[in-house]
Amino acid sequence: MIKPILAATLATALLLPGLATAVEKYVIDTEGAHAFVQFRVKHLGYSWLYGRFNEFSGTFTYDEDDPSSSRVEVLINTASIDSNHAERDKHLRNEDFLDVKTYPEARFKSTSYKETGINKAVLTGDLTLRGITRPITIQVQKIGNGPDPWGGYRRGFEGTTTIALRDFGIDFNLGPAARDVELTLSVEGIRQ
Amino acid sequence: MLRNTESSYGLIAITLHWLMAIAVVGLFALGLWMVELSYYDPWYQRAPKVHKGAGILLLLTLVLRLVWRLGNPRPRPLPSHSRLAVRTASLTHALLYVLLFAVMLSGYLISTADGRSIDVFGLFQVPATLTGLPNQADVAGDIHLAFAITTLVLSGAHALAALKHHWIDRDRTLLRMLGRG
Repeated sequence: MIKPILAATLATALLLPGLATAVEKYVIDTEGAHAFVQFRVKHLGYSWLYGRFNEFSGTFTYDEDDPSSSRVEVLINTASIDSNHAERDKHLRNEDFLDVKTYPEARFKSTSYKETGINKAVLTGDLTLRGITRPITIQVQKIGNGPDPWGGYRRGFEGTTTIALRDFGIDFNLGPAARDVELTLSVEGIRQ
Repeated sequence: MLRNTESSYGLIAITLHWLMAIAVVGLFALGLWMVELSYYDPWYQRAPKVHKGAGILLLLTLVLRLVWRLGNPRPRPLPSHSRLAVRTASLTHALLYVLLFAVMLSGYLISTADGRSIDVFGLFQVPATLTGLPNQADVAGDIHLAFAITTLVLSGAHALAALKHHWIDRDRTLLRMLGRG
């Protein structure tokens, strides 16, 4: 009688950690800078202006058995905006745009994640920018996952979305072609 | 007379004084105006260029003025002036020189924060030196505005004092700087 109980206990012991780790937790690799919060906006309608936020942090979970339970949260230091022009960045930080003294942080917190095809998914969540929280939808591409050469395990995604500046209280008139900003979130997470 | 004497200012000193007075007030007004321009204003790009170019020329003028001041006799204070008045005036003048330097230096540090140079009306370029300090453009910008306001307030006090000497004390203080003392 002892043998089956032992076997069952062993099986449970082996199985439980497996169940517990089905949800993988990842920290976005900002330390190694394998993650980017990029934006682009049309300049006068004639060209694209690119910029990024240099300082942010975030985590996400991913469950291969139940991808829809995956979650992501990213916190952005708005003062770290960088469009490769110090004077422009100074303007972007002031009250006309991000007003970073009043709103030093922007945040994205997911509310749902749905895989829609091979390596494709739709992520929805709340973006808080300039103190205004609005739901946004991000088109996600699963880039890849697997072991890294240094003993860790990594998983990466890239998502894009478009936001209207006015929705987040930014009214400075940059012209009719520059009312929307495209955001690209390109992240690689290291499994914890 | 171009040079100063023990009792009067020469033409060079007078010209430099009034030229800088106009430039300081003009640059202050231009600075406040240009940051409020809308993106599609024809002056949106031009005004800051003029502000920067004129600022660099003002800085050069300030250096020239101090060099000229060192190489010239200093007109003595009028005998009717109290010791307190003389001291206050000297302190104000020194502070104005220091503030002007600080304003122009901080302005230079805004525009050159990322290594870009300042173009002076297409005549020459002033290269960047100090770059990439933490939040350089923003911190320099705050200092630039605060010191510019201080400079204007102190210049106003300086001007009021001159008018007080002219109309109330009825002495030659203002006339001397107009070359008629």
